[in-house]
Amino acid sequence: MSFFEKMMKIDRRWVYLAIGLAVIIPAIKSFDVPVTVSPEVKRIYDFVNNMQAGQYLFVCVDYDPSSMAELNPMTTAIVNQAFERDIKIVFVTLSQFGPGLVEQITSELAANHHKVRGQDYVFLGYRPYPAIVILAMGIDFRVPFPQDYYGTPLDSLPIMNGIKNFEDVKGVIEITSGNTADFWLTYGNGRYGFPLAIGITGVMSANYYQYLSSGQLFGIIPGVKGAAEYEELVGYPGEGKAQMAYQVIAHAVIILFIILSNIAYFATRKRKGGFQGGA
Amino acid sequence: MKREIPILIVGITGFAMLIQYFIPTDWSEFIFSYSQDWVIVIGILAMPLGIWSLVKANILKMKVPGERFYSAVLLFGFFIMVLSGLKRENLELGSFHMNIFSYALVPIQATIFSLLAFFIASAAYRAFRARSVLATILLLTAFLIMLRFIPLPFGLSTVNLSIVSWILKVPNMAANRAIMMGIGLGATATAMKIILGIERTYMGHD
Repeated sequence: MSFFEKMMKIDRRWVYLAIGLAVIIPAIKSFDVPVTVSPEVKRIYDFVNNMQAGQYLFVCVDYDPSSMAELNPMTTAIVNQAFERDIKIVFVTLSQFGPGLVEQITSELAANHHKVRGQDYVFLGYRPYPAIVILAMGIDFRVPFPQDYYGTPLDSLPIMNGIKNFEDVKGVIEITSGNTADFWLTYGNGRYGFPLAIGITGVMSANYYQYLSSGQLFGIIPGVKGAAEYEELVGYPGEGKAQMAYQVIAHAVIILFIILSNIAYFATRKRKGGFQGGA
Repeated sequence: MKREIPILIVGITGFAMLIQYFIPTDWSEFIFSYSQDWVIVIGILAMPLGIWSLVKANILKMKVPGERFYSAVLLFGFFIMVLSGLKRENLELGSFHMNIFSYALVPIQATIFSLLAFFIASAAYRAFRARSVLATILLLTAFLIMLRFIPLPFGLSTVNLSIVSWILKVPNMAANRAIMMGIGLGATATAMKIILGIERTYMGHD
């Protein structure tokens, strides 16, 4: 069996080993990856940056721990930017694991920026049935959430004075790993017309660029790369920038495997008129 | 009557919800919020049923050797999270409930999801081969999309980013829109068939 035939039949565990070893490299010695900021990310940054102190930003954290490595960095970067500019944030989650994640993010960042819960930000909590919750919030936040996540009536919170529904928020940023972005597009932006931007996992990004072109979204933060771009803009190098090193190495290994696979494929095809199998 | 009454309920409800969406008045908002309460109540009623089913199935499984351990872990995890989350104070960071979330659930989910990287690498090695013209187009597109994560010399990153941006905004968008339009029209047609009582398979039989 020739080298190329062996390559075609390579045991998948060798591929796993190569990926495993590759991602260990940045853990031992991290390196900085230069990122080019894309316009769709810059638009979200500019939107938040142009908001006045005291205005409201609505942030929806719709992901679970499985994708927090990819999405937490962008949520953190946006919240950091908003808190820095004294923008008031209304958090909500439509994912059942979201409350724990919001609690983690707000506790840490509010402490860093000396922000007070109920005064500078509010976490409304979680409710099931995304479409119904979004439509109900369009009438009044108090319809689906009479109390915040911690059981305090919304009317007794200073941050909720004079704020009723989406008409009172400057824009909505939805960070998601699932199909809740579709609900926000259809029932949120479609019905109430507020400016909407999304932060999504890398694999989801291809599905949402159409909404960017149609103007239904004013910005997209795609995956870790998008988060790293946002961190670059905000000036808070964090998890996004750090993760880029892992992502670059892993992608380089995958690209290398694809090249090797094709070389082996063409080499064996010439000899045998095609070859099937392998990892 | 066993068939006519459900069809009538679906028809009236469907038309009422359809009309209220396009007419923003006080009465339409009332119908909307009232129906929302109904959906939430039905959902809440379904929840104890789900919990009962889960607990019952796993209690029965605990009698089967070999399955016992996993069911015990599931029931233990279920009850510990429910009981620890009953008090509002336990929802804040540092509480027992949140510690289980942060130090058990988060690492478990993150670990399972990170395994995806290995499967994707193996699948890419197998799938991205230039076997035909279409496979070559797929291969080249995937290659360029992946390449955008890697910094390239001589300003090639910017060039690649422009190509990727074009791929996402032009051919990708056209294909996605076509699919979405098809899904949208199909969903509307199906919904209309259900509202008008033409489509009845949701009742369990034609």
